[in-house]
Amino acid sequence: MSGVPFELGGETFTSRLILGTGGAANLHVLEQAIRASGTELVTVALRRVGTAPGSTGGLLELLDRCGVRLLPNTAGCHTATEAVKVARLARDAFDTDWVKLEVIGDERTLLPDGVELLRAAEELVSYGFTVLPYTSDDPVLACRLADVGCAAVMPAGSPIGSGLGIGNPHHIRLIRQGVDVPVILDAGIGTASDAALAMELGCDGVLLASAVTRAADPVAMATAMRYAVEAGRLAAQAGRIERRFHALASTPDEGRPEL
Amino acid sequence: MELTVNGAGRSVAAGASVADLVRDIVAQPRGVAVAVNGEVVPRTGWPARALHDGDRVEVLTAAQGG
Repeated sequence: MSGVPFELGGETFTSRLILGTGGAANLHVLEQAIRASGTELVTVALRRVGTAPGSTGGLLELLDRCGVRLLPNTAGCHTATEAVKVARLARDAFDTDWVKLEVIGDERTLLPDGVELLRAAEELVSYGFTVLPYTSDDPVLACRLADVGCAAVMPAGSPIGSGLGIGNPHHIRLIRQGVDVPVILDAGIGTASDAALAMELGCDGVLLASAVTRAADPVAMATAMRYAVEAGRLAAQAGRIERRFHALASTPDEGRPEL
Repeated sequence: MELTVNGAGRSVAAGASVADLVRDIVAQPRGVAVAVNGEVVPRTGWPARALHDGDRVEVLTAAQGG
């Protein structure tokens, strides 16, 4: 549904929802949530064997069973050098040249370091990676990332895991107008209306993790997000009515009885 | 010889390669990547890459992440 298929990095997707796997209580819940969300693209991190959740085995088999494509991230990297190495390790581990590029510039907000991000993006593009950068909602930086060859730009609505929604909707619109690559709202989604708003603002997709994995009922929220993304996309295409200062009756005055 | 593997000390036989170490640590190498002393060692290079005393090795795999 919702018209044109979603083209990203030369691939075609039906779902415009990208799901992150971080924060899920266990792999069973994660699998149910992935299936309920209808997603076809799922992020994973690269961590030391046997340490972080999921790294003790079973995660890749789960993603195989769900039939989803894998999108490795560079979460936790603070420099371009580090992020490029993690991307290269992920390519070797998972046999994909796709990467969700994250280069964090501030520990409290987890907002990206634009300078390092751009540097890493440029280098990874030159190595043949399909680079999907997690960026801030800065329209100029988004253009620069698209200019160096990123396959999409993924602005944060608000800080990762904050659930604060889209702090600056106007900037998201500006980004959508300013680049020719897909715009994916990444980070800050709290509930279904945030995801719908992202799509109504013109985003081509939504990437979220915590909103689903840390919800009281992750599977129900995954279902809600699936519909929210579809509803927002349809609404964006449908052409909403103008906002008016005063009312405009929908029931005609003609034929009103005199009583 | 003594290595640091994923931040912890580990003794391995002299002459061991990256491939030998990976076999000791994981049941199957799918989804695994290795760096030695901060440099990526591609999978195809594991058998030929000899380890040396004091090497810092990272053996990485898929984990949950957003």
